[in-house]
Amino acid sequence: MSELNTPGTAVPLEQSPIAPKPPGRIRQALDSDIVYSYTRSPVTIIASIIALLLILMAVFAPLIAPYNPFNPASLNLMDGFTPPNSTSFSGNYFALGTDHQGRDVLSTIMYGLRVSLFVGALATLFAMAIGISLGLAAGYNGGTLDAVIMRIADIQLSFPAILIALLIFGIARGLIPPSQQEGAAVWVLIVAIGLSNWAQFARTVRGATMVERQKDYVSAARIMGVHPIVILVRHVLPNVMGPVLVIATIGLALAIIEEATLSFLGVGVPPTQPSLGTLIRIGQQFLFSGEWWILLFPAITLILLALSVNLLGDWLRDALNPKLR
Amino acid sequence: MLAFILRRLAQSVIVMLVVALIAFMVFRYVGDPIASMVGVDTRLEDQEIMRDRLGLNDPFYVQFGRFIGNAVRGEFGISYRLQQPVSQLILERLPATIELAFASALIALVFGVGLGVFTALKRGSWLSGFIMSASLVGVSLPTFLIGIGLIYIFAVELQWLPSFGRGQTVDLGFWRTGLLTESGLRSLILPAITLSLFQLTLIMRLVRAEMLEVMRTEYIRFARARGLSQRAIHFGHALKNTLVPVITITGLQLGSVIAFAIVTETVFQWPGVGSLFINSVQVVDVPVMAAYLMFIALVFVVINLLVDILYYVVDPRLRVDAAGGAK
Repeated sequence: MSELNTPGTAVPLEQSPIAPKPPGRIRQALDSDIVYSYTRSPVTIIASIIALLLILMAVFAPLIAPYNPFNPASLNLMDGFTPPNSTSFSGNYFALGTDHQGRDVLSTIMYGLRVSLFVGALATLFAMAIGISLGLAAGYNGGTLDAVIMRIADIQLSFPAILIALLIFGIARGLIPPSQQEGAAVWVLIVAIGLSNWAQFARTVRGATMVERQKDYVSAARIMGVHPIVILVRHVLPNVMGPVLVIATIGLALAIIEEATLSFLGVGVPPTQPSLGTLIRIGQQFLFSGEWWILLFPAITLILLALSVNLLGDWLRDALNPKLR
Repeated sequence: MLAFILRRLAQSVIVMLVVALIAFMVFRYVGDPIASMVGVDTRLEDQEIMRDRLGLNDPFYVQFGRFIGNAVRGEFGISYRLQQPVSQLILERLPATIELAFASALIALVFGVGLGVFTALKRGSWLSGFIMSASLVGVSLPTFLIGIGLIYIFAVELQWLPSFGRGQTVDLGFWRTGLLTESGLRSLILPAITLSLFQLTLIMRLVRAEMLEVMRTEYIRFARARGLSQRAIHFGHALKNTLVPVITITGLQLGSVIAFAIVTETVFQWPGVGSLFINSVQVVDVPVMAAYLMFIALVFVVINLLVDILYYVVDPRLRVDAAGGAK
């Protein structure tokens, strides 16, 4: 998208001796519409900073977390239910308090973010891979293949994603032997969420591909005898990526929420590897006894994450849509 | 009209058969039915005899046919977890879910249409702006967090409303209702609001968009010119013409509400079909999972069919199109 220039600047002609020197790549990127609309939207800037901070927190959790909440040796049950910003029984300081097992809430949130983002990102990539390949195939071939793929997508879109993910999760649970379930749970979750979200990608890519297919560059490549798969991957795919990126960003927010919901329902990641949803599930048990911090801080983190990614997706959709300029 | 309904009916039957096939595959191939019935010390020969007697060695289509036959009669076997017929389990819990779904649909419809009309007519006011941004935040928050938030405010802090269960229920013989007692109604409020919020924002945005469109049309301008009162124009002419898509969306959403009820029922420990399903997924109670899948598919198909027919009845243009198209 960076090759699009702002309406005011003329496209430099390289042959012409009087044309100004073409701007460098970085200059060109900074002049693009995307950057312009980014700097004009304070909400987007704040959202991206929050998202970036949360991602950094997740990536560097083992380095920056004050405690390791999953190392039983460092836990002290006497430290349980320490309120935020106070020193516990054993003399340690806990900025956001501890849960019933004496785990530092701040550290569990950092590790929980890791799991949430990992599952969300991989599930979105998985959905993207399936959706893009099926969408390209359907849009390029047309005919029966197109009809079958799109019918399946229609049916799947009319059911809520969470229900489909639950069913896939339940089936996978029955197929995997109990001894391996603990280790496989995260991967089952990724596949379940990914399979429940591919239809959006397929639909968009299919539509864009049908438009691109009519264009001359595709005909030219076809006449030159380029293999259809090469045409699709090297020529068509880059031209349909714009809308895909928008759906992927919003899809990431949806996948994170879906994972949190499944974990909250108790069918997500195992309790030994809690995600934000699991932490909220744990915290809910202490809502009535007054230990609000066990629930509140993971909940705020999840809201911030989902909201900031969602806002970025909304902005990206508007920024890439030429009709709204 | 009849041909149209018959065609839609045939499509519905095909969808149900496909779902039944999936449910059957789940039922038959996830885990070993024999292994889940007998202990490890049953002899292999006895297991083989049982397998034969239960017809598990029959060809695929015979078993599938039997499954369909049982499903039509509402028989899905015995729950592994609760040791009761699945059909009985679902029927027992169905009233709770249906009452919850309808209460939330009612809230969503009343407030959604009301707020939608308000934000469309008072487009510039700060209150509409506030409602619109609040709805955006509401959409991006997960349902279970909204539920927990409501519990915290109204049950823990203010202690106005109960936070779990259905309260006292009255047994009408075939239907156990919570709508006739005070505690039952009070218990319904928080879950119904939680479940309605997503639909509410959807309906609100739809009504607002439709209203803005309709208000620009010629016949509204003509109604103004005739000197009709504002109220007659807004509600008699404009709103009436926005309702067709609203009915469709509400109807189609009712199916997903029943599915979304899973989350709400878990948060509020509501004894409905959704919580039954989630407990079955946790312990891989296959008969209940298969039955729930069939049940949800049936709800979706029936609602889709009703909405299509309703659409046909409400919108005269469709009737003309169909008559022309059918030849």
